[in-house]
Amino acid sequence: MKMLVPPKFRVVRDATRCIGCQVCVNQCSFDAHYYDAEDVVVCSRDENCVACHRCATFCPTGALTITRNPLDYRENQNWHREDIEDIWRQAESGGMLLTGMGTDKGYPIYWDHLLLNASQVTNPSIDPLREPMELTTYLGRKPDKVKISPDSLKLETEMAPQVRIDVPVMFSAMSYGAVSLNVHKSLARAATEMGTLWNTGEGGLHPSLYKYGKNTIVQVASGRFGVQPSYLHAARVVEIKIGQGAKPGIGGHLPAEKVSAEVSMTRMIPRGTDALSPAPQHDIYSIEDLTQLIYALKEATNYTKPISVKIAAVHNSAAIASGMVRAGADIIVLDGLRGATGAAPKVIRDNVGIPIELALASVDTRLRQEGIRNQASLVISGGIRNSGDVTKAIALGADAVNIGTAALVALGCHVCQQCHTGKCAWGICTTDLSLTRRINPEIGARRLANLLRGWSLEIKDMLGGMGINAIESLRGNRLHLRGVGLTDTELEILGVRMAGS
Amino acid sequence: MKDMRKVNNPHNDDKVIDACSIFGAMDVTGRRFSGNGVIKAITNMHDRSNGLGGGFAVYGLYPAYADSYAFHIMYLNDAAQNQTEAFLKENLHILYGEKVPTKPTAGIVNPPLFWRYFAEVGNHKLEDIPDDDYIVAKVMQINTTIDDVFVFSSGKNMGVFKGVGYPEQIAAYFCLEQYQGYLWTAHGRFPTNTPGWWGGAHPFSVLDWTVVHNGEISSYGINRRCLEQFGYQCTMQTDTEVVAYAVDLLVRKHGLPIELVAKILAPPFWSNISRQANGQKELLLTLRQVYGSLLLNGPFTFIIAHQGEMIGLTDRIRLRPLTVGEKGSMLYLSSEESAIRLVSPDLDRAWTPVGGEPVIGRLGKPLPSQRELVIAGVM
Repeated sequence: MKMLVPPKFRVVRDATRCIGCQVCVNQCSFDAHYYDAEDVVVCSRDENCVACHRCATFCPTGALTITRNPLDYRENQNWHREDIEDIWRQAESGGMLLTGMGTDKGYPIYWDHLLLNASQVTNPSIDPLREPMELTTYLGRKPDKVKISPDSLKLETEMAPQVRIDVPVMFSAMSYGAVSLNVHKSLARAATEMGTLWNTGEGGLHPSLYKYGKNTIVQVASGRFGVQPSYLHAARVVEIKIGQGAKPGIGGHLPAEKVSAEVSMTRMIPRGTDALSPAPQHDIYSIEDLTQLIYALKEATNYTKPISVKIAAVHNSAAIASGMVRAGADIIVLDGLRGATGAAPKVIRDNVGIPIELALASVDTRLRQEGIRNQASLVISGGIRNSGDVTKAIALGADAVNIGTAALVALGCHVCQQCHTGKCAWGICTTDLSLTRRINPEIGARRLANLLRGWSLEIKDMLGGMGINAIESLRGNRLHLRGVGLTDTELEILGVRMAGS
Repeated sequence: MKDMRKVNNPHNDDKVIDACSIFGAMDVTGRRFSGNGVIKAITNMHDRSNGLGGGFAVYGLYPAYADSYAFHIMYLNDAAQNQTEAFLKENLHILYGEKVPTKPTAGIVNPPLFWRYFAEVGNHKLEDIPDDDYIVAKVMQINTTIDDVFVFSSGKNMGVFKGVGYPEQIAAYFCLEQYQGYLWTAHGRFPTNTPGWWGGAHPFSVLDWTVVHNGEISSYGINRRCLEQFGYQCTMQTDTEVVAYAVDLLVRKHGLPIELVAKILAPPFWSNISRQANGQKELLLTLRQVYGSLLLNGPFTFIIAHQGEMIGLTDRIRLRPLTVGEKGSMLYLSSEESAIRLVSPDLDRAWTPVGGEPVIGRLGKPLPSQRELVIAGVM
């Protein structure tokens, strides 16, 4: 039976420019281009095109344009094209709809309703080109007070392990298997160069990357992939993954075809088998179970590394976060509604969780109300797009942010949402060796480091404008934020005043 | 219409922004001297204030009641006074109370009532806490639960006089030339709104700690949230208030010496910390890691005083002025050198301290030599 779903995009080939070189045919991993040897022409299969723009970018004569397929359904305010086509897809397949990346729905982006402050007259702005401007951040549990011996003035307080990052931006957890080894190499090298951290995700740490351990967060997730003593010892931070913003409440599934020899070795599972991450961690059915895992990991690493716990931002995040801090988490990671994924059921990605801005504000407020905000660092992720978002997140109360999609975009990702297919034409979200070669780790690391460098300069300029020369003076300093276009309730939850007030 | 006498922040701004003149004088031998010189010096910096606030703190003020808590309290009406006095009687043992003498002065309009009380905790405490903590709690209770009253100061053998007017008018109004003390600080205020509330003038005080301040603290939002975690209620929406509470927390509750407190409020840059000798490096690193939310950012100079000690400190890149003058056992701190020279023309030394390095005068301790100052990094 013919599929009812029409092509979403149309490949427009300018015949006067096309020289028949077949670069597009070779570059497209979705078979949207083919060469007709009989007629000696390059042709398109529009139904396969995902608008990743790999062909258009590489076409040497600029002959290709990708446009929306101008197929108009009868106007209907209730039944949009996506609703109709999703039903057709499910009627044909009988399965869940899978997708990749973060939600593309129009949920409010609160960053775009928050504005930063700057000094005028009463307070000099500080020029980062002339004065020191400090972005250094230490992640980890802090005591309520410092104890000094009264006689010798020597330090008596023994600090829990602290991790220094030179820029308050880290790379989100993206597992080997979901992304390629070359992506991991790019992230690890960039993190090392910029003095920040990257995160293995739940797929283990490839042996060639152990040397970047000082800048690595290793994850212990429900599948326990790749978890072994040397893995824990190699890391700077150990992270327990409870949930992920793109798919709160459900597990993961790396299909067998992505479990190559190297992935199998790194994850410590048989080659060519599905890698299944259960929805919950089966040894954590309650908060006291989390304490046990946290302390098991602290024991295993001899109390030398902070233990981080990552959750998806959900309705009760504030209470859950409070429990996590009391359970012994040194770092809390909140991943918001717009957080991305290598693969998730579309209905979950688009309907479950809450925006990260609201979760961040309520968690920071709650931890302060309970007087335990100092006991854990707060890291957020899920849709951070630029240094403005980073700066606003810190003013709302975050110690640092994680970027996933933004990092992949720096590597060339075009956000075409095909991560779950394993066919990424940009060689990022795939383990197909013919595609992963498209990322050169040296160039990738340079591009990622450049992104962080650029953002650092911008953050410093914004800080200086506010008359601040150390990032800790912005952290949780919501007086430097004002809201526009928000209701009273939204302003109250964000703890921010209306612009002009 | 709002009664402007009751309002510190009439437009509900994030905080009251003001710039100022500040002056401090201390005789480290403990000799008490009259306020004439200090009044003359702060008057000389008239143009740094705009007539909307002036104030003085005096230490060694009440030797006859040196061991009891001296409350300076402002009332806007009789009801407030009745209610407060009942509260005081219920919670403290009052030794003596009187109206603070004042005289009508040109430029002082619609002043509130001022009373002072000398009190002891006696057997009123129910919990096993230090007397100081008890007094702080009671002062916070008066300020937040009783209308139209404000406690200016509550330390031993000291007092704060302040109000709306130029500092010289406030001095004349309270007859300050008649008082003696071994340590005086003074303030002339230039706020960017028009506060009518006398409690909003400097010095700010908690127990015997006082702060006079010139600057705008751009980290105010987080400093305030941090202090709220420790039970301080920032009711006045001024950044000076957070300085007073931060010092009280760090010195009195956390037991840190003032030299280290200065390293928390105006910490060295990370790059400087990494260059310190072992031991010192870990100390400074830990202080900054733990107390990052109390770092005071933005331009400021303040003079903090408490019993037996006067401390001058600027922000770490010194965006507001501070000059130190020394003559014999007298230590002067001032926004302008001219004000010091006016009262003590023949100084032994006058210098500008390095940003973020505290200048400390201590009762009974001679002022440090130039060599010691250079080693400490202040000069």
